[in-house]
Amino acid sequence: MSTKTFKVKVKRQDEAASASYWQTFDVDYTPNMNVISTLQKIAAKPVTADGKDVAPVVWDCGCLEEVCGACTMVINGRACQACSTLVDDLLEEASVIQIEPMSKFPVVRDLWVDRARMFNNLKRIKGWVPTDGTYDLGAGPQETQEEQDLRYAYSRCMTCGCCLEACPQFTKDNDFMGAQIFAQTDYFNSHATGKLLADDRLDVIMGEGGISDCGNSQNCVQVCPKELPLLNAIASVGRQATIYSIKRFFTGKK
Amino acid sequence: MSDHPRVIVVGGGLAGLAATVRIAEQGVPVDLFSMVPVKRSHSVCAQGGINACNEVARQQGYSEWQHMDETLYGGDFLNHQPPVYEMTHWAPKIIDLLDRMGVPFNRTAEGFRDLRLFGGSLFKRTHFSGASTGQQLLYALDEQTRRYEDKGLVENYEFWEFLWPVLDENGVCKGIIAQDQRTMEMKAFRADAVVMATGGCGVVYGKSTMSVICTGAAAARCYEAGVKLGNPEMIQVHPTAIPGEDKCRLMSESARGEGGRVWVPRKKGDDRKPTDIPEEERWYFLEERYPKYGNLVPRDIATREIFSVCEEGYGVGGGRMAYLDITHLPIETKDKLAAILEIYEKFTGDDPRFVPMKIFPAVHYSMGGLYTEYEAEERLPVPGDKLDKVWGMKDGDPKNMMTNVEGLYAFGEVNYQYHGATRLGANALLSCIFDGLFCGSSVANYVKACEDKAADKPEALYQKFLDQEKAKIDKLINMNGKFNPYEIHARLGDEMTASCTVVKNEERMLQCYEALKEMKAQYKDIKLSDTGDYTNANLVFSRALGDMIVYAEAILLASIERKESRGSHFRSDFPDRIDDPFHKTAVCSYDVENDKPILEWEDVPLHMVELRKRDYSK
Ligand SMILES: Cc1cc2nc3c(=O)[nH]c(=O)nc-3n(C[C@H](O)[C@H](O)[C@H](O)COP(=O)(O)OP(=O)(O)OC[C@H]3O[C@@H](n4cnc5c(N)ncnc54)[C@H](O)[C@@H]3O)c2cc1C
Ligand code: SF4
Ligand code: SF4
Ligand code: FES
Repeated sequence: MSTKTFKVKVKRQDEAASASYWQTFDVDYTPNMNVISTLQKIAAKPVTADGKDVAPVVWDCGCLEEVCGACTMVINGRACQACSTLVDDLLEEASVIQIEPMSKFPVVRDLWVDRARMFNNLKRIKGWVPTDGTYDLGAGPQETQEEQDLRYAYSRCMTCGCCLEACPQFTKDNDFMGAQIFAQTDYFNSHATGKLLADDRLDVIMGEGGISDCGNSQNCVQVCPKELPLLNAIASVGRQATIYSIKRFFTGKK
Repeated sequence: MSDHPRVIVVGGGLAGLAATVRIAEQGVPVDLFSMVPVKRSHSVCAQGGINACNEVARQQGYSEWQHMDETLYGGDFLNHQPPVYEMTHWAPKIIDLLDRMGVPFNRTAEGFRDLRLFGGSLFKRTHFSGASTGQQLLYALDEQTRRYEDKGLVENYEFWEFLWPVLDENGVCKGIIAQDQRTMEMKAFRADAVVMATGGCGVVYGKSTMSVICTGAAAARCYEAGVKLGNPEMIQVHPTAIPGEDKCRLMSESARGEGGRVWVPRKKGDDRKPTDIPEEERWYFLEERYPKYGNLVPRDIATREIFSVCEEGYGVGGGRMAYLDITHLPIETKDKLAAILEIYEKFTGDDPRFVPMKIFPAVHYSMGGLYTEYEAEERLPVPGDKLDKVWGMKDGDPKNMMTNVEGLYAFGEVNYQYHGATRLGANALLSCIFDGLFCGSSVANYVKACEDKAADKPEALYQKFLDQEKAKIDKLINMNGKFNPYEIHARLGDEMTASCTVVKNEERMLQCYEALKEMKAQYKDIKLSDTGDYTNANLVFSRALGDMIVYAEAILLASIERKESRGSHFRSDFPDRIDDPFHKTAVCSYDVENDKPILEWEDVPLHMVELRKRDYSK
């Protein structure tokens, strides 16, 4: 029985500071493969297409069902989740599958990037509901199913970084915060208790790297795997910022 | 930060984060360790929901007591009753807390939290947030943790792997050895107590519904260092998963809770499209055999039934697959399930809104794990309780969920408590958060009272354990043998799945035991494909493999010695539950000298509810 193989071209980088290079692998085809199972096959037998033994490719993943956000890569030029990207679909597009790390975050090694910036930004906007503690103080604020719908949509952001990779304003060395943070700001500002910190969040959003740098190109919303209503978030946060700046002007704050 | 007392929490899933928040809230600083950014922990995968009696359920005759009873009955009475009593009575308060933290729970028309049905209960008592409840709960606790990080009370060590607990001359836990998976730097960390919240061990079975990090290696290392295991043989196989090349993806019980039906063609080998098979030629075997619970029988039962109809040749097209059908449900219900339907569609290409899903059982949850104790307390009943005197767990007692090693705690899925022989769906999320919150206070109290401070321990103690771990790694890296660790792992998974899941029998398990011995020998003769000292994922995996084999031996030994059937542990050679002598906890300890598990049986006290036969057919 002859086995069908396909070619995978991987952009590699040994260390954070070293230069990148490409390697090509032949991978045995089995039905229903995704990009992660392709990488697993390469890891189990790291030999390049021209027969060279190499160090196994390193990548980041967790859930394998598109919910943890770990496995974002640039596959055939598109930022997406490696676990939910199927080989059959990719081979329909091109005969060689091309996998690269995201370009907007520092590479740790090979396909694994460091997204600490996203988590730090969550800290900057005080991305939490200021509860009084974990004691038994009864239920939270009542909300309608419509309000829940919007907040639920925002709460599905898995900090994957696709929106930032696709954003023309977000670069490796500027401090634009990007669509993910605008969505999280709207998320917390739309909760009855979360709102208590709304002004603090808007101070950040109106500062350096904030909402005013967004060029509204809408690339972000097209790539978000969880289909977050990012344009709604950008518009809503923009509105809140305008109202807040008027308030700030009249109350003489800052 | 070197202020003491301080606590180490290993694991940033629901259990670890809830513990971190509770401990930090008491003013005790926490060092939080996780293999992955905590927001990416496996808890994020939980789909269906979290159980708690609430006002609506109460007015229909449900109570916390009933929730406790279902948990004990579902667990085939292997659970200890005081912790289950406490957990189920705390459940409504936990939901309130999560609600206050901003979890977007689904709402009713009036704006209250909505409920759905789940297996093992005839009452709606499962709270949910779409079909991705775990994600929303984890994020809410992650947010609160970030708040304490911002206040300087929590130090986050993400991408750090726990390697070994540091035990002092009295055998008391005083810290850990851990390694940065990026730089491969190894360090000893001091702590006055350590909480293990490292989740389940599905990867021992190769493919499961769990995340790739759920190897159980952290638990295995504690076991090798002297912590006992409780009921390791109790592994839950979920009835409905989508078999896949790299993993088995779960199709949550909420699909059945919302009205999904399981069926196979009545005719063996029928390979027509499911939509072409008329109603009368479909066999809804769960509804037929369990008229009262129907598709909502507990998981072990649904799993066995699906497995056996497929074995008899009734599977889809004669294969090992059954249909899970939600096509008949109204569109609003399908919307509530959107998060899981998307998974099915993305990974199989079929839209389950119109075509029944093809599913098969897969390894899903570890009921067993690190052995823990607690302090029971007799109390007066609360409304709904059915006795004059009840038994709970003493609030704040330092003993709660401490392992047999002083100062070392186990919370969440890695803790063997609460579930017994079968976990009821939607009870795991509850047990994780409950452990973190309730027993978090116990940890805080323990370290506050602790006089023998980790800060005062000699450096030599930590250096000794650090050297020990460094030596292990040097040995692994320098091995130049002939076996490939990935191939050994594939065999481990196949062997364990074939012998130790839905149906077990002595002969096959003994075969597996021999295979494990062989794998152990092969493991001593492996070769890593990466021997570098920077982000060596190969090393991390290979090291975990050794620990998985050790853990697998304990699962297997307890499975062999438990010569009865109870909950998810089903022996074809002993098909009945045999209370005398097996109404007992299997307690495994590791014999270092002979490198093998030792099994002892420990009585399970019956504080409140008497043993009764488990039967869902009437
Ligand atoms: C697909 C799926 C769906 C589920 N749905 C439900 C549901 O609807 N309802 C329900 O109640 N339950 C559900 N469960 C079960 C539930 O999700 C888990 O039992 C629970 O999330 C476990 O949480 P945990 O905090 O114990 O561990 P985890 O969330 O697994 O977290 C473990 C943590 O430990 C860390 N860790 C592990 N090893 C190490 C190490 N060596 N060093 C450092 N850190 C380490 C990890 O990085 C991680 O942070 C589901 C499970 C699955 C697989
Ligand atoms: S709209 Fe454009 S500039 Fe603004 S966040 Fe999205 S991609 Fe970036
Ligand atoms: S908004 Fe979407 S694309 Fe951006 S990080 Fe969140 S989930 Fe990813
Ligand atoms: S591995 Fe979790 S999103 Fe792909």
